[in-house]
Amino acid sequence: MQIRMSSFVRKEMLHILRDKRTMLVVIVIPLMLILLFGFTVSTDVSNIDVVVSAPVRSSDVESSVRHLASSPYITFVGYIDMASIDAMLRSGKASAAVVYAADYAVTHDVQLVIDGADANTAATTNAYLQVIIAGGQPSPFEMHMLYNPQMKSSFNFIPGIMGMIFILICAMMTSISIVKEKENGTMEVLLVSPVRPIYIVISKMIPYLMLSFIDLIIILLLAHYAMEVPMTGGVGGIIVVSVVYLVLSLTLGLMVSNLVQSQIAALLISAMVMMMPVLFFSGMLFPIDNLPWALRWISYVVPARWYIDAMRKLMIMGVGLEGVLLELGVLLLETLVLFVASVMKFNDRLE
Amino acid sequence: MVKDNVIEVCGLTKRFGAFTAVDGISFAVARGEIFGFLGANGAGKTTAMRMLCGLSYPTDGRGSVAGYDVMTQGEQIKRYIGYMSQRFSLYEELTVKENMELFGGIYGMRRSEIRHRTDELLQQIEFAAHAGERVGRLPLGWRQKLAFMVAMIHKPEIVFLDEPTGGVDPITRRQFWTLIRHAATAGTTIFVTTHYMDEAAFCDRVSIMVDGRIKALDTPASLMQQMQARNMNEVFVKLCR
Repeated sequence: MQIRMSSFVRKEMLHILRDKRTMLVVIVIPLMLILLFGFTVSTDVSNIDVVVSAPVRSSDVESSVRHLASSPYITFVGYIDMASIDAMLRSGKASAAVVYAADYAVTHDVQLVIDGADANTAATTNAYLQVIIAGGQPSPFEMHMLYNPQMKSSFNFIPGIMGMIFILICAMMTSISIVKEKENGTMEVLLVSPVRPIYIVISKMIPYLMLSFIDLIIILLLAHYAMEVPMTGGVGGIIVVSVVYLVLSLTLGLMVSNLVQSQIAALLISAMVMMMPVLFFSGMLFPIDNLPWALRWISYVVPARWYIDAMRKLMIMGVGLEGVLLELGVLLLETLVLFVASVMKFNDRLE
Repeated sequence: MVKDNVIEVCGLTKRFGAFTAVDGISFAVARGEIFGFLGANGAGKTTAMRMLCGLSYPTDGRGSVAGYDVMTQGEQIKRYIGYMSQRFSLYEELTVKENMELFGGIYGMRRSEIRHRTDELLQQIEFAAHAGERVGRLPLGWRQKLAFMVAMIHKPEIVFLDEPTGGVDPITRRQFWTLIRHAATAGTTIFVTTHYMDEAAFCDRVSIMVDGRIKALDTPASLMQQMQARNMNEVFVKLCR
């Protein structure tokens, strides 16, 4: 007896198309996230208010300060004496002070005093000031920032958002859609029919896979044309790695739907067990190297970490597929393990 | 006449840990019969029915449905049975016709065959004009009749109806039983659970389950006679007390 898969896939498509909330989650949220993170939310630091203290205002000092003041990231507030640096920082009139040594002309010694209340901003400010000041003086270092010379944070966010959106659509939406059938009692009727459970699952996956693929294309177009992410390595590698990640996310969703009985539980598990690690352990918000070793080990099993790493290399560094073989290998392995586990767990008898 | 049994069960048992839900039940159901499967809530009816539908493995005993073994041939059984769950279980986002197409497809029917059968079934419940409506917007009585028709789409040998008329008004219930009678006359065996004792009287034979065992099995008329009861309600109360 031939069971027609197409009638099943068609049914899933109709479910999605007729449910406005699903369409909202699948199309509007990814767009919103990309636009939000890409254009508005940013860890870039600009308009750093800088005061300068120089006991001796030699021509070398003045030339360095001119160079500093001309930087688009810096707002030069003025010269002050050493004693009032603390007051300036405390009052918030400046967030950093540059102190030139009295013998600057000879030693090129400069001290940076930075408001460290916000550690991230302080670190960025420190880096900017060092680069800018070094650029205005004879220096043993020639600074050359590769791949993202303007240090745009949107470059960093896009792979992260991709890692998150695909979990959202493939894992969360798929698990909710399977569990919904359990809740509504339709799963029971399907299980009494001669359809093999694996067909039920695959036909659930196909429409979500297609939707994620549409999202992938939208994101890549936005990233390239609106945010000028280079992608010099070509889109082939990006698509290959993304498809593996999509399948992996679908399998995660299947796993979740096996474990829970209600839609709300599926939602919570997806959000807590899958979204949180993407945020914290994937390197999207915090560098993985800064994590304590125990959490760093957790990050090694979080698929998003490998995906986001690979996407950074492919989209920003511009390497080809051969540059991300380790990441691809890990993702493939995880997909395989999860797939075998969830198909084995997917019980064809309701007990 | 040789008895042609489509369901034969002998000593069928289901245990969940220390709890015995179904305790060695034995019975046979003939082709075209309307078999009422009664019992109080928790008596083990649903568990027994699930074993017959291939949804759950028996712990012990033997049984065959449509000629296939419930222990080993669950997949074959599934092709020849229809099932209507006590929960409403059509897809509410889909139209009447789309539901028919889906389940027809699941049972491997050809498109033309599905179309033909859909027309036939909808005419039977005089619902052809509403084929394009979404099931979620229909009143409960209609949904239940539709769910029955969908369970019949592939002309199954046996239809399992798990409390099909729960929450349905008396007129619709009467119509529903006309449909059941019609299907049985056409040769489909009906295996039905219900809590309505007036419905039990419409069955050819009823079994009454108490605490996992079948306590009585006969035609409604002889049960009433044996128990010296005026109606099935009294029979049920006397047996289950």
